[in-house]
This record gives sequence, C-alpha cells and structure tokens, in this order.
Amino acid sequence: MALGRTHAVSLLGLRGAIVEIEADISSNLPSMVLIGLPDTALNEAKDRVRAAATNSGCPLAGRRITVNLSPAALPKHGSGFDLAIALAALAANGTVSSESINAVVHLGELGLDGRLRPIPGVLPAVHAAAQAGFATVMVPTGNAEEAALVPGIRVVAVPSLRDAVIWHGGAFAPEPVEPVLVSVPAEPEEDSSDLADVVGNEEAVEAMVVAAAGGHHVFLLGPPGAGKTMLAARLPGLLPDLDAQAALEVSSVRSLSGLPVGGSLARRPPLEAPHHTATAAALVGGGSAMIRPGAAARASHGVLFLDEVPEFSSAVLDALRQPLESGLITIHRANSVAQFPARFQLVMAANPCPCGQYGPRDSDCTCSPQVRRRYLARVSGPLLDRIDIQLRVHRITSAQMRIGDENPRVSTEKARARVATARLVAAERLAGTPWSLNSQVPGKWLRAAEFRLSPAVTASIDRALERGGLTMRGYDRVLRLAWTLADLDGATAPRADHVGRALYLRKAMTT
Amino acid sequence: MAAKDELGRRGEVLAVAHLEALGLEVIDRNWRCRQGEIDIVARDGAYVVFVEVKTRSSTSFGSPLQGITPAKLARLRRLAAAWCAAHSGDHRWVRIDAIGVLLPRVGPVAIEHLPRIF
Repeated sequence: MALGRTHAVSLLGLRGAIVEIEADISSNLPSMVLIGLPDTALNEAKDRVRAAATNSGCPLAGRRITVNLSPAALPKHGSGFDLAIALAALAANGTVSSESINAVVHLGELGLDGRLRPIPGVLPAVHAAAQAGFATVMVPTGNAEEAALVPGIRVVAVPSLRDAVIWHGGAFAPEPVEPVLVSVPAEPEEDSSDLADVVGNEEAVEAMVVAAAGGHHVFLLGPPGAGKTMLAARLPGLLPDLDAQAALEVSSVRSLSGLPVGGSLARRPPLEAPHHTATAAALVGGGSAMIRPGAAARASHGVLFLDEVPEFSSAVLDALRQPLESGLITIHRANSVAQFPARFQLVMAANPCPCGQYGPRDSDCTCSPQVRRRYLARVSGPLLDRIDIQLRVHRITSAQMRIGDENPRVSTEKARARVATARLVAAERLAGTPWSLNSQVPGKWLRAAEFRLSPAVTASIDRALERGGLTMRGYDRVLRLAWTLADLDGATAPRADHVGRALYLRKAMTT
Repeated sequence: MAAKDELGRRGEVLAVAHLEALGLEVIDRNWRCRQGEIDIVARDGAYVVFVEVKTRSSTSFGSPLQGITPAKLARLRRLAAAWCAAHSGDHRWVRIDAIGVLLPRVGPVAIEHLPRIF
C-alpha cells in the first residue's frame, strides 16, 4: 500500500490541535500536491521536502505524491509540518516503517540540506501532543531543551531528516551533521533593581506592596522625575515565583512569540513595557493568517507597564478592557478563534498634564485647564474604573530625602515576604473557590452574607456610592482592596480604617 | 550531432524496444510539425499512444521523468491533436505515456514507463 500516515500539531493561539498527515503515491509524473488548507509557508514545504530528502540521500518516490493534512477544514500555517510530510512521503514508498511514524508526533522545519531547523511554539505544541495521549514526539535538536520541559512525553531530538529516517528503521548509515541551533542571547541579568532604591514616597512604595499582594491594577500619576517608572519596574520583583501551571503558560507564550525559552521554565513574573506608539494588534495580538500573541499576552502572570499612558491611542487602551475583566484575550477571525492568557497586572503611569508640571506646586505649569482635562480624558472612564489603585506620586523634597536616608527603607526581599504572607492568607480564605487573589474575587461574593462587612465599617464607601462618587464596580473594587490591606496587616477582616485607606488609594486621582 | 541529441536518440531506440516488448506496434517516430515533435506514436489495441521519451545520463539533476514539465505535457497534447488531424484512421481512443530512460556511462540502463499521464 503506497500510503504513509503520521501526525503533527497545528497551533491556534496556545491551543494545539493534532493534525494527521497522509501521503499517497500515484502513478504519474513526479510532483507533490499539498491539500488541506495550507498557507503559503506550508505550501512551500513541497519544494523544501523534496530537496531535503534528495540531499539526505533518501529521495522521495519519482511519482506524484499527494499529501493530505487532516482535518481538512482546519487552517494550517507555518513550516513546522515539513518533517511530518517528509516522513509520511518516505513511508509511502517503504523507506521507513509506517507503524513507527504513525505512533509519533513530528515537528520541525527542513532546510534544503536535510537538516532540521528549530520552529517557534514547540512548547505548546509538545504540550498538546502529550494532552492528546501521544507517548513520543520528534523535534529538531535546536528545540530539544524546550520540548523536554513538558512532562509525560518522550522527546526524541534529531539533527537531520536522515537521522529521523534511521530512527524510524530506515536502512542508512548515519552521517553526522552540525545541528541547527537557536541563537540564545545572553541571559538577562537577574533584575538588580531593589525597592530600597526608592527614596521617599513611602506611600507609593506601600501602594506597590498592596498591588503585589492583591494583584490589583495600578495607575500612577505624577510629574516627570517623581519616580513612577522606577516604582513600576520594581513591581515584578515583589511578586512571588510562578507556580508550575503559570510558568508553563508564560514560557509557552514566549515560545509562540519566537523568543528563546531555554532549558528551564520561566520562574519569575515577566515585565512587558510596550512603547506608546503600539497598535492594538501589538498589544493584544493579531495577524490574519497566523494569530500571534501581543504584549498583553506576554505579560500574563506578570506586569504590563504602560508608561505615558495618555499618549497611547484610546482605541488601543480600550482593547485592554475586556482582557482585564476576563483574564483572557480572544481574537476572532473569519475562520478561527484564538485565545491567549491575559492574567497580567496592569500598571499605567502618566504625567498630570502635557507639560508635566501641574501639581500642588503648579507654578511652572503652562497648560490651560482645558488642555489638562483633555490630556487625562484620553484614558477612558471604563478603563479607569477597572484600576483599583490610583495614586498620585510627588517629587520628593530635600527634607524627605534626608529623612529617607536616616530611616531604613523597605527592601524588595522584605516586601516580597510580606506579599507572600498576605497572599497565603487570601488563598486560605478563598480555598474552595476558583480564585486565589483578592483582585479576582467578584463583588457579589464579597457582598454575600459570609463576608459582608458591617455598615459601620463600610460607612465611608456607602456614602460615596450614594453621592455618585463611586460606581457599583468601583465599590466592589474598594472592598477587594480593603481585604488586601487587612491581609497585609494580619487582620481577620477589614476594619473601617482599611476601607478608608482603600478608598483613598482608589480615589487619589480626583483629589 | 551534439552529445545530448545522441543521448536522446539512443534513449528513444531503447524506448521503442521497450514498447515493442510490451506488444505495442510503433507506427510513427519523430513526427514533426510546426509546433514541435512527437517522439513515438504507437498503437496498443484500440488506443493510439503518444509517447514522450526523456533520457538522462545521471540523476544529479533529478530523475528523467522530472524533466517532463507541465509545459511540455501541454505541448504534447496539442501535438497529439495535430497528428490525429494529419493522419486518417481510427483515433477515437488516445492516450499519452511518458518513458524515462536513465543511461549512465557505466552501469545498467533503467527504463521507467508511466502510462496514461494525461
């Protein structure tokens, strides 16, 4: 039977679907026909595969080879199917064992010389293969480390098509080749910035600790030089190490973006700081044929820092509203829907006005009130409503600097320990619910009988709600923040002062 | 005669021998018209068979059959129609075959015959 069958993985977002690849040889002039919705890069596999097979010393049959990628209706893209196509075609003319290739998932792009080149997205692809119940996956040597991060599946790394054929029982003598490896850029140095570097601004430092403890989003407003960027850059350092599931997700998104993953899963939360000229596609992800993750997806389980936020286009900012609520980015295309994780913590920073000088000591500000209002109005109300902590950061005075030098400052290490304790308390309270952080808890649950606070405690926010100073969503967010403050203080439930501080942290922008 | 023409001619001789061994009756060879040339016309029962022969001395540039391009095939189809128009007789059934001949300087000759490629 002139038929070979094997498997590969097609990725849509982070989800992989197993694709069955069949090759049939028919008696006709030599050619290769690829069917099953391949994109351009995949369609060019025809030429790559034939050349690679010839140059590996195991040429394909000199007949017409029809390759079917099934399910036929699923769009497939990229060059990662080359190895599977080559082996299916070689199995069809009996060069390799049909049974052997049928049990294995093959990933990898072929060069014309027959060597296997690494492909992006190996981590989620191998994960999908393991989920689908395959015991073995074959990957290019350059992706071996990354593939080995997935537990429960045997990874076979091969440098060339010839070695793959030999592994599957082809009767060839091995020919050692130089494997194609990914160029791994020098490992970025361990983040050396410490919270203790921040002089003065204790209030803002404490707000960052609260943000880290509860996973709350932050808006920092202040003149240039007040230390907004410095504070934001220190937030990832306060977050605890990622758990196994989160680490896999973070590394998977990195792999899909074509960034090097290396030999171990990312354990530290990522920090993404896109420039303010970023488009919506750059931020949330997009693309027509192949849907790629954006900065927000790469920041999942870490921090997304938007500096100079009024300079972003408002459409781009509002694209973040839905991911902020659901923790998922869903990108719809006519023929597919891709989903990416988006459990990032949003930190936004802005100047109070275009010249940046407006503040309590506003002698230098040259902006008219109209211009000032328009500047901050670029951040839409619905987006601001989702930000738990809205804080004004001031320039420090020489007196503060002197006091700051005398008093011991909070170090990242100490703050991270406090954050870890508070998170533990919250996780214990939320055990048995789908949530683990205060910022994830819906307001309905907080207002339900079990955790409802007494009217005496919530008096200040009840009044704000009545007066229209708080929306209902805002009310819930203050409650969550109050719980985080209580967790940090080791209190069993928020007291009136926690609620008051929470309201202050949320409403600082308007004062 | 150039070396490559000589190679082609030897390939065609081998192809004719191959077809005759299969029981086909060769009725025309190297038939030319303004559009080009048909290598071999043969009769196989009711069929008139137009045969394109491609000969190569090595596979360094691919197998002989890989040398038969879609453009060549399309021309062969036009030539077949022209041949039928120029000759009287029963041409209700026609088919096009390809024969690849590998004629290495040393070693055995290999003939690949693909019937009904069009």
